[in-house]
Amino acid sequence: MLEILKQIDYSPFFLTFKLAFITTLILFVVGIPVSYFLAYSKFRFKSAFEAVVALPLVLPPSVLGFYLLLILSKNGFLGKFWEENFGHQLAFHFEGIVIASVIFSFPFMVHPLTSGFKSVNKSLIEAAYTLGKSKLETLFKVILPNMKPAIITGITLSFAHTIGEFGVVLMVGGSIEGETKVVSIAIYDAVERLDYTTAHVYAAILFGLSFFVLLVVYMLNKRFEIK
Amino acid sequence: MIVVDVKKELIGYKGKFTLDVSFKVEKGEFLTIFGKSGSGKTTVLRIIAGLENPDEGYIEFDGKVYFDSKKGVNLPPQKRNVGFVFQNYALFPNMTVYENVAFALDKEERDKVDEILKVVELYNLKDRYPSSLSGGQQQRVALARAIVKNPDILLLDEPLSALDYSIRLKLQDQLKKLHKMFNLTTLLVSHDKPEVFKLSDRVIYLEDGKIKKEGTPREVFIEKSISGKFSFYGTVLDIRKSDILNIVTVDINGNLVEVATTEDFNIGDEVLVGAKAFNPIIKKIS
Repeated sequence: MLEILKQIDYSPFFLTFKLAFITTLILFVVGIPVSYFLAYSKFRFKSAFEAVVALPLVLPPSVLGFYLLLILSKNGFLGKFWEENFGHQLAFHFEGIVIASVIFSFPFMVHPLTSGFKSVNKSLIEAAYTLGKSKLETLFKVILPNMKPAIITGITLSFAHTIGEFGVVLMVGGSIEGETKVVSIAIYDAVERLDYTTAHVYAAILFGLSFFVLLVVYMLNKRFEIK
Repeated sequence: MIVVDVKKELIGYKGKFTLDVSFKVEKGEFLTIFGKSGSGKTTVLRIIAGLENPDEGYIEFDGKVYFDSKKGVNLPPQKRNVGFVFQNYALFPNMTVYENVAFALDKEERDKVDEILKVVELYNLKDRYPSSLSGGQQQRVALARAIVKNPDILLLDEPLSALDYSIRLKLQDQLKKLHKMFNLTTLLVSHDKPEVFKLSDRVIYLEDGKIKKEGTPREVFIEKSISGKFSFYGTVLDIRKSDILNIVTVDINGNLVEVATTEDFNIGDEVLVGAKAFNPIIKKIS
């Protein structure tokens, strides 16, 4: 048993976590201003904007992946730009699947953050304003500290969703060892090769990890609720 | 002196109405806006603080223009030196009592926090979080936070309405003390007549967005037909018929009295119990 576990290549896990970590970090930084806007703005075409944000929830990953492939390959505008500046196209490269993951997991960060922003009592924000604090200072010192459960939910969901994504990464990244071959794709590969042992180990680890991540979120949220 | 002259279209439970008020607040004065809920009184406070914009009008603080619809001047709340106490206190749950008050100040003025916390008798609770405090204590934190940076005006939005009667009385005293101590210009919004009487120098009676009466609490609430020598406000608790008379039980600030009268009242009526030529009489307050 131990012998088998030792023989398995764990590099897809390393790649998966690197992808999930970077994706989540980007999503958090981008998600805060977007969610802030969605929660508080009275912009007339906000509904259209909301619909665009939610699109990845309903689109089949293959559809999203197809369009992204067009944009990120060397003929697409982003891929072309990247090739001119960094020497390679985005499709079938790690940077490409980061961009794809950010777009694919976008609603998983933005939705919890938006409802978090909405859950903060308006008078807290107004109180900070009357005490002379700028919008930015109010955001960091009053709003964000009082929506911790939403932040934790957003970060974990994005992280977990990125770990679990398959279709988009396959379309955009293919299955290149050490570059785009994340665990979910490695499992698919292993099954295709009829290497059930590897598939079993990968799947079991992913299964356990996913449960553990969700367990931590719910435990943390419970702690914040009591307080 | 603070000059307020604003108009704003509002939607109340009875439909649309126009808030149209114009008044001045002298330095050091305690002015109350009295009115039923939905009369627009909270909106007036929010407009002064810059949390809401009037449709048109003019607001000036000691010669400095805060809002002028004609010239397009509209200072954001951050630039208006006001202290606002919200009905729900709006204390920051992520900060201790000390941090809540210190949040109002720049770093170099932080030594004022201890001082104000001692004045409102909260110094020994300074490291507690708001959620572990009683309603009255939370209210005092909110008050301390609002006055610590020396605002040009203290705006109080029904600050005591959620509290028990006895705590309310104690806080009214404290409010009065603070008002004198710091020579604060204070604008209170309230629908509690005894409170208005106890605290205010002057009252504005607001109804459906318009000023109905203005003056000292005595002028506004006590009608001229009764000399004010012996009269008390109360609420009708009970009515018993006794032959041709009604025996009315009235709650006057917690004291229950019975008064015989020939007039008809309903339970819950606000009344004035007074004596006229030695006979107590009782009248409904319109």
